[in-house]
Amino acid sequence: MSQLHVTTRINGDETEFLCEAEDTLLDVLRDRLGLTGTKEGCGTGDCGACSVAVDGRLVCSCLMLGAEAEGRDIATIEGMATGDQLHPLQQKFIEMAALQCGICTPGILVAAQSLLERNPDPSEEEVRYWLAGNLCRCTGYDKIIRAVMETAADMRRAS
Amino acid sequence: MALDDTKKTREFKVVGTRPDRPDGIDKVTGRARFGADMVAPGMLTGRILRSPHAHARIVRIDASKAEALSGVKAVVTRADFGEVPEGVADVLDNCMAGEKALYDGHVVAAVAASSPAVARKALKLIEVEYEVLPHVTDVDEAIKPDAPVLHEGRQQETVPEGMSGNVIARSEFGHGDIEAGLAQADRVVERTYRTAATHQGYIEPHACLATMGPDGKADLWVCTQGHYMVRNTCAAILGMEQGQLRVTASEIGGGFGGKTVVFLEPVALMLAKKSGRPVKMVMSRSEVLRATGPTSSTSIDVKIGMTKDGKITAGFAELRYQGGAYPGSPVDMGAMSGFAPYDLENVKTVGWDVVTNRPKAAAYRAPGAPMAAFAIESAIDEAAKGFGLDPLDVRLMNGADEGTKASYGPTYPAIGLKATLEAAKSHPHWSAPLGENQGRGVACGFWFNFGGDTCVSLNITPDGTVTVSEGNPDIGGSRASMTMMAAEELGIPYDQVRTIIADTGSLGQNEVTDGSRVTFAVGLATIKAAEAAKKEMCRRAAMIWGIDEEAVEWEDGAARPAGPNAGKFPPMTLKEIAAIASNTGGPIAGHYEVNAEGAGVSFATHMVDVELDRDTGSTKILRYTVFQDAGKAVHPSYVEGQFQGGAVQGIGWALNEEYIYGEDGILQNAGFLDYRIPVASDLPMIDTVILEIPNPGHPYGVRGVGETSIVPPLAAIANAVSEAAGVRMTQLPMSPPRVLSAMQSKAEG
Repeated sequence: MSQLHVTTRINGDETEFLCEAEDTLLDVLRDRLGLTGTKEGCGTGDCGACSVAVDGRLVCSCLMLGAEAEGRDIATIEGMATGDQLHPLQQKFIEMAALQCGICTPGILVAAQSLLERNPDPSEEEVRYWLAGNLCRCTGYDKIIRAVMETAADMRRAS
Repeated sequence: MALDDTKKTREFKVVGTRPDRPDGIDKVTGRARFGADMVAPGMLTGRILRSPHAHARIVRIDASKAEALSGVKAVVTRADFGEVPEGVADVLDNCMAGEKALYDGHVVAAVAASSPAVARKALKLIEVEYEVLPHVTDVDEAIKPDAPVLHEGRQQETVPEGMSGNVIARSEFGHGDIEAGLAQADRVVERTYRTAATHQGYIEPHACLATMGPDGKADLWVCTQGHYMVRNTCAAILGMEQGQLRVTASEIGGGFGGKTVVFLEPVALMLAKKSGRPVKMVMSRSEVLRATGPTSSTSIDVKIGMTKDGKITAGFAELRYQGGAYPGSPVDMGAMSGFAPYDLENVKTVGWDVVTNRPKAAAYRAPGAPMAAFAIESAIDEAAKGFGLDPLDVRLMNGADEGTKASYGPTYPAIGLKATLEAAKSHPHWSAPLGENQGRGVACGFWFNFGGDTCVSLNITPDGTVTVSEGNPDIGGSRASMTMMAAEELGIPYDQVRTIIADTGSLGQNEVTDGSRVTFAVGLATIKAAEAAKKEMCRRAAMIWGIDEEAVEWEDGAARPAGPNAGKFPPMTLKEIAAIASNTGGPIAGHYEVNAEGAGVSFATHMVDVELDRDTGSTKILRYTVFQDAGKAVHPSYVEGQFQGGAVQGIGWALNEEYIYGEDGILQNAGFLDYRIPVASDLPMIDTVILEIPNPGHPYGVRGVGETSIVPPLAAIANAVSEAAGVRMTQLPMSPPRVLSAMQSKAEG
């Protein structure tokens, strides 16, 4: 079995890795590159815990092969903060208690960031439907939805 | 333990505020390390082979081909485990099947290999010969005398002769005379209710990493609700001394009771022992659903007698809970809790613990209580509405209060049930208008709350900051709560305290994070440990000042002379005392060890509005309000989070979640696509009202809040749907086809 050589960009850094043909992008991120912030909750694209952005598009990294990362631009939770500056969504999630156990949090943050890039002024319904692919079992979503809407409002005021 | 009267009017400085959680930054940046995020040098991948049959005798296992595969370092079957103490025999059998596989997904063998691909291939090379046996997965089928029997000789003496061997135990609670009570009633509601098994649904699958050397010393990193439990259980199964096994809890990605038992851990340790290498095991989602922790499915008969003015004259329930393949369903707690919100002269419950060919039930948030509350609160609602009475008034009229003898025995101290009902009655939600096809439901819920073995160590560092070491995995923000309580007691700012979850080598025994015990019991121990440290700091100050220890008191983070007679000395702050501790006797610490009692029972009332789609039978939750007594809310945002999370798990249980078994006894929906938990677009905001009726058993009045919130939703939603549908719903989940068919049968009359 020969491994595939892949060149890609992850959180802005040019990255090379070897992977098996059947390795998912999630396997590669977690087990080969040590980027364990992206979580596996189901492995079947149903829970959203493994959400990453690929060329700006929100993707379940468990449904994409590592080999498909060739030439792409991948953003994971590890790249969300800038140095010691948290992204406004990260800050707001802490302030508004929008996380409990935290296992779904990276995926939800990546998904929420992707929403706000497309729609800086989402309605509650739009936030709820955008995040419908991200399961959270702790919070009942209430504080998550509020945190995303508050962040959007803050970011609109700041821009 | 009585509440110190001087503290009743205590003004809190830190407790009751909403600081950022100490684990927040790690969790929003991806740095937090969960079970599957641990690695060790030379680590192998462990994988499990599971039974494809619901019930089968294991005739033969031949692993020789797997063992011969390049990269396979160990294969483990039950033959590798010796005799174990009776207390863990079922636990081991559930982790690694013995003579029989008892459910679809039951473990029959495991491998450790150099890569996941090799491990997968090795599993396929293990030959297992099964003799397939008849199976039973339904609780009412399992109790029939001719049902296939899982275990011989396990029935307890409480079970009358002639019943199926699957009926393991009978329990009974209550007082008074049911027949006499029913005779006084103007109406008797008598119905049978059924609930489906649901899974805790934590998003993080079970995971662990084990090492064991030839000297018998072992380490285990694991996501669990109780690493001390993991240590004790694994040590018993592997025949080790507890002190030789050190267990460290990872961050835990949800548990809800489902991580209060072991599944992978003894197997990982055995693979590590045999291979001489670290072994990491992570379950897939389908493994989680097939073989870990669901709760019981149930079948419950209820009989309620009520007078026309709403007085409940008798309450009776007979509860049948299947707990999966081994004895120990939570039926006792269902039987104890169902009528606990009420002050009844005549009350009786009978519980039957039943085994079936399903995974062994694990605790699920207030284990056993939501199903009993569903049945009983539905019957009370039906009786009240039958007389045209307000369901909140009926509950207030019959509600338990201080001095009530509870249906399960004890007499209540100060409790908050009526406060939640009164808050519900005066809330704008209760008087808001409803539209067409809409219904509103209310229900009450109760949970015992637990205390248990607890150890806390609080250390003052040389620079005057404080570290708290506790032994309970933080599942709902408890590091924040402990930090707050330590800061409060010491009179220092929140950010000068850091709380960690210590490994099993660092503290004595700690009960699992369960029973809503942590904020209560660990909080109590944290406060007492802080008191011990304060006492020592007062002693040091007294020594420096050359006065009696009793003449020094602690206030606002500093030792001060107590009154004018003690002498005039400027206060010594914690920081100042810490800085010279080495010269006054050495490091300063406080610790506290206790089997905590006085947890303080908890009550809630939930109110929900639903809208039915009459064409599809689907239910939309329009509005939801939780009213619950928290005793004292240490961090109100996290209390709200518990209320909201519990309510939404209840919504899933009421409307959609369900273990579906085929005729073949195989689980049909072992994935998050088909076992669908609520998603953001299913829900409205969940409003919360925190009541604070202090728990006399805690220095700050704290009660556990984590579990009660899942008790009322099943009934509250069923009462709302029944109102909207015009027909009483008696079976969960109230999935669209079931609601549609109930409405059609009603229409056909």
